[in-house]
This record gives sequence, structure tokens and C-alpha cells, in this order.
Amino acid sequence: MAKSKVLSKPVEELTYEEALTELEGIVESLEDGQNPLDESLKLFERGQALVTYCGVLLESAQLKVQKLAGDSLVAFEEESE
Amino acid sequence: MQPTLFSSVHLTVSQLTFRIRKLLEGDLEMQDVWVEGEISNLAKPNSGHIYFTLKDKNASLKCVMWKPDASRLRINLQDGIAIEAHGRITVYEPQGAYQLAVNLIQPKGEGALYQEFLRLKATLESEGLFDSERKRLIPMLPKKIGIVTSQTGAALRDMLHTLRRRLPLAQVILAPSPVQGVDAPPALVKAIQLLNSQLPDVILLARGGGSIEDLWAFNDERVVRAVADSKAPVICGVGHETDFTLCDFSADLRAPTPTAAAELATQTTVDDLKDLLTSYFSSISSLTLSLLAEQKTFIESVKTRLKYVSPERHIRSEYQHLDELARRAFSALTHRIQLQTSTVNGISKQLQSLNPEGILSRGYAIITRKDDGTLVSKVSQAHGELKVRVSDGEFESTVDRRS
Repeated sequence: MAKSKVLSKPVEELTYEEALTELEGIVESLEDGQNPLDESLKLFERGQALVTYCGVLLESAQLKVQKLAGDSLVAFEEESE
Repeated sequence: MQPTLFSSVHLTVSQLTFRIRKLLEGDLEMQDVWVEGEISNLAKPNSGHIYFTLKDKNASLKCVMWKPDASRLRINLQDGIAIEAHGRITVYEPQGAYQLAVNLIQPKGEGALYQEFLRLKATLESEGLFDSERKRLIPMLPKKIGIVTSQTGAALRDMLHTLRRRLPLAQVILAPSPVQGVDAPPALVKAIQLLNSQLPDVILLARGGGSIEDLWAFNDERVVRAVADSKAPVICGVGHETDFTLCDFSADLRAPTPTAAAELATQTTVDDLKDLLTSYFSSISSLTLSLLAEQKTFIESVKTRLKYVSPERHIRSEYQHLDELARRAFSALTHRIQLQTSTVNGISKQLQSLNPEGILSRGYAIITRKDDGTLVSKVSQAHGELKVRVSDGEFESTVDRRS
């Protein structure tokens, strides 16, 4: 039940890794089965939103390529064929 | 010199050729020799043996490579290429020709390089640089992937293509470096070090295929050590499958090609992540559904228990009690009536059994006519002889007179 505090951050503000980690936590918490019913239903809804969000991130992901120039990073443009 | 009929040596061709053969084949140095030259007159008949001539500016040497050795050949022989061939000198007596029976061929210059490679490999190996305990695990799902390779090569294009296809979530940081030539080793070392300051989860050190000289920077001691010193685990994908460099040994993982290196860096692909999401979703769905089912069962059980303790049940049990009482009352009454009835019956029987003789004893008599036995209860009936019955017997009498 200590996990309920993570419910505060809006899903859209999470990185993919954060969302996935939270989702793992939700699965574990539901597997644990120690939550009251309304808490469990909230966890399920949150989990559902995280699944949808992660799915969208996976579908829309674009490989980000940068190049080291000295100590700084600059965008790397691939030469077109 | 004038020929003389009385020369001290007088041999047949066979004898002479045999002497030459003994001379050449008896020379141990001729039996274990490396010969350097250019290939010409290359012939590969169906027999599987290979014939060619090795030549340089001033001389040529016939060579043969027998089938067992030829089948182990790992380079593609062509006319005009410079090679180093190892073998022994033999004499083919029918043609009076000597030739080199070759058992090993390597590209020219490879021998010295290979010796250097072996020497360095042994040194670094004895230092423990290649120990398997040093190898770090490649992360299953890297966020930041570093690449050290040439900015313009096909290797980079292949790797980016693979990464884009398998894990587009990743961030790629390229540390460009020349990958061949004298500038390559120090540049590669610097690229590996610079890249490490960006804290990548894994580094791909790669180069496309090329000749052994082309790949030589990856056998440079400085580069091999920089790979071992890298904080981030290194996957080395240099050349083709058959090429081994010392960086392959000092890296945490060897990949046969740059593309394979990119694949090994992305053990978890975007498809795996989608599958994972699906399985997470089905987990939380089924967990929630079973939780709801559990709650429903619980409510049902509470309902049953509630029913058990409800007044309805109590009332019904009271009714039942009443019914029971009524039944018992009815059966008690019936029993009593039966009892009374039988009493009455007993009395009537008793009454019936009351003997008229009893009356006789009280002085009454029963009179019948003697002739026909008619009961005499009226005066008019009394005439003639009569029988008179009294309590203890009967006697006869005669009617004298009727009043």
C-alpha cells in the first residue's frame, strides 16, 4: 500500500523506463493480493494507462543518434545513400 | 671443357635424376622452406590438386599443392597475387623437374604480422587481460549505446539500421574514429575514453571487413588495452566471421560482424517489449478479475450466513414447532377417543352379558307352555301344563284358574 504514492505522477510525464518499472510494481502489488478492493481497481486502471502509454512510446520511438564532438554532443545526420 | 670418352662419371638419365633427387630431398632446409613470390599459371583441375608457378623478377618455381592440403586452403588463389608458400622441394623424375610441394599458403607479409599478433596475444594473455572473469555482462535493455567506428563506413550504417529496427527507444552516441592507418590506434583509444565519459550502457567497437592489414589497428596494443580498460562493457565486431583481432579477446563480447554486434547489444528488442507489455496487461487483467470474483464469492457467503441468522428462519422454525404441537395434540386426542370408545364397548358387552338368571334369583320366574314351549307373559297365554323356571331349576305346574 506504500506503492499508492506513485499514482500521483501523470503517466505522460514518465519516461519509458519509469513507466515500465511502475508497471512491474503494479503487477507485483496485484499478485501480492494484499490491497483493498478499491485500491486494487485503482492499480488496475493505472496499469492499463501505463500499458497504453508504453505501447504508444514503442510504436512512435525513433532512434536518437548523436555524435561526440569534443566533450559535447551534436545531432548526427546520416549521409543519405 | 672437352668431353672425354673416359670420363670418371658415366650414368643413365634415371641414375642422374635419382642422384639429383637424393641431393635435393636430402637437404633438410629444402624440406621445410617458406618461398615468397607471385602466382602465375594457376591451374585447378578436377582432381583437386592445385598447380601453379611462383615467380619473382629473376626466377620461377613450379609448385603443386596436393588435394588434402588444397582443401584446407583459406584464401582465394589468383594469378598475380603475392604469397608466401611453405613446403618441401621434390623431384618429379619422369619430367626431370623439381617442384615445391606446398602445404601452406598465406598472403605475403602475413607471416611477420601473424608472428607479432601471436607474441602480443601471449603477452596480454599472461597479464590476464583476456580472462573470462574480466568479462562483464551486456545489459539486457541498454538506454545509451556508444559506437566507436568510422563515421563514413558501411559498418556504421549497418549498425544504425539494426539498432533502429530492434530497439528504436535507445539513444546512440557515436564517437567517430579512423579505423585503419597509423592514426587509427591513438584515435580509437581517445574515442573509447571520450565515449566512456558519456556513461553509455554498452560500447560497440566496429569495423567492416578488410584485409588483415586493414584490420590491424584492432591488434594494436594501445587499442586492445583501452578496450579492456573501458568502464562500459565493449562488444567488438571487427571484420567478418573468420577475422579475429586482439580486441575481440579483450572485449567483453566478440561479435562476428558489426551488424551482429548491434544485435548482441539489443538482446531485448522492441517486439520483446511489446510482448512484455501484453503479458503485463493480461497479468493485471486476470489478477483484477480474479480479485473481483473473490469478492463476489465472499459476498455470496456473507449472504448465506445472513440468511442463516435472519428472523425469517426463526419464524419458520416457530411455525414448525407449532405444527409439531398441533400434530401431537391431535394424536393425543385421537388416542383418548379411541380409549373412550373401547371403554364404552366394554361396558355394553358387560351389559349384554348380564344373565337373566340373575333376575331369577331375585324371585322372578320364566314360564313356558309345556306343549309348545311358548313363553307365557300374558294371562291369556296361561293354560294347560306349564314349565316354570326358577333360579335353581324348573318345575311343572297346572293352570287352575285364570283371573
